[in-house]
Amino acid sequence: MNHIAALVSGLLFGAGVALSGMVNPVKVLNFMDIAGTWDPTLIFVMAAGLIVTFAGYRLVLARRQPLFAPSFSLPATSGIDARLIAGAGLFGLGWGLTGFCPGPAVASLVFGYWQSALFVAAMAAGMIAMRLITHRPAATESVEG
Amino acid sequence: MTEFTPLAGAIGGILIGLSAVVLMAGIGRVAGLSGIFGGLLTVNWSAEQGWRGTFILGLFAGAALTALLGGIDVSAISFAGGPVGIIVGGLLVGIGTALGSGCTSGHGICGIARLSRRGITATIIFMAAAVVTVFVTRHIVGAGS
Repeated sequence: MNHIAALVSGLLFGAGVALSGMVNPVKVLNFMDIAGTWDPTLIFVMAAGLIVTFAGYRLVLARRQPLFAPSFSLPATSGIDARLIAGAGLFGLGWGLTGFCPGPAVASLVFGYWQSALFVAAMAAGMIAMRLITHRPAATESVEG
Repeated sequence: MTEFTPLAGAIGGILIGLSAVVLMAGIGRVAGLSGIFGGLLTVNWSAEQGWRGTFILGLFAGAALTALLGGIDVSAISFAGGPVGIIVGGLLVGIGTALGSGCTSGHGICGIARLSRRGITATIIFMAAAVVTVFVTRHIVGAGS
């Protein structure tokens, strides 16, 4: 059953980033280009996503456990450190250079553009390199996403 | 220029929010794409990777179905810059999301919906970094537009 939950969640996410246009890097860059060809669409994506998640999480997290797992795996919410700040800064730099963040980039692989494949390969290399540097294995770290 | 599409953006955002709620309700996990994708980059395959693989398959199917049903014009997708910029941007996104433990979905949607101080801080930093990067590349350097 946990595979069905993951499949449905993935389907919804893939449909959401496609329909909203977040899989189009130039559209995302236009959202960031407040002084130029500004396209405010991403505000509507984020606001709608946040409202649904905020309300849904209130209902779900009031339960004792998830439907198909023994417990909730929730990342820490406090403890702002240098890693978080530096990581978010580097991510924002890469996002601003390309218009791609991880979810839409991976989803856009199905559209067959070489740029998507090259971006995802470079992103994977960056993730593996960072993990080797910090010696943190994939399955044991607490990941927000 | 890209067209301002608030309705498609909001519906896409609702789908992304539902994705996060389904994953939390089903298996108690945050729908953070850098964590889900990054978790697959390992040789130590276990049940932890299984649901992540299923999620990514759903992600591909959701994006492909949306395109088949006319929810996005795939031919209108466009990219900024050439291969070198995409590789540099991809590396930065991979390194940054691994170091900062999250991306737009994990910090920006799931984190903020939990009123996480880490999520809110990371989102402010990566949004600001992306806006500054786009301003510099489009309006100061003049490249990548």
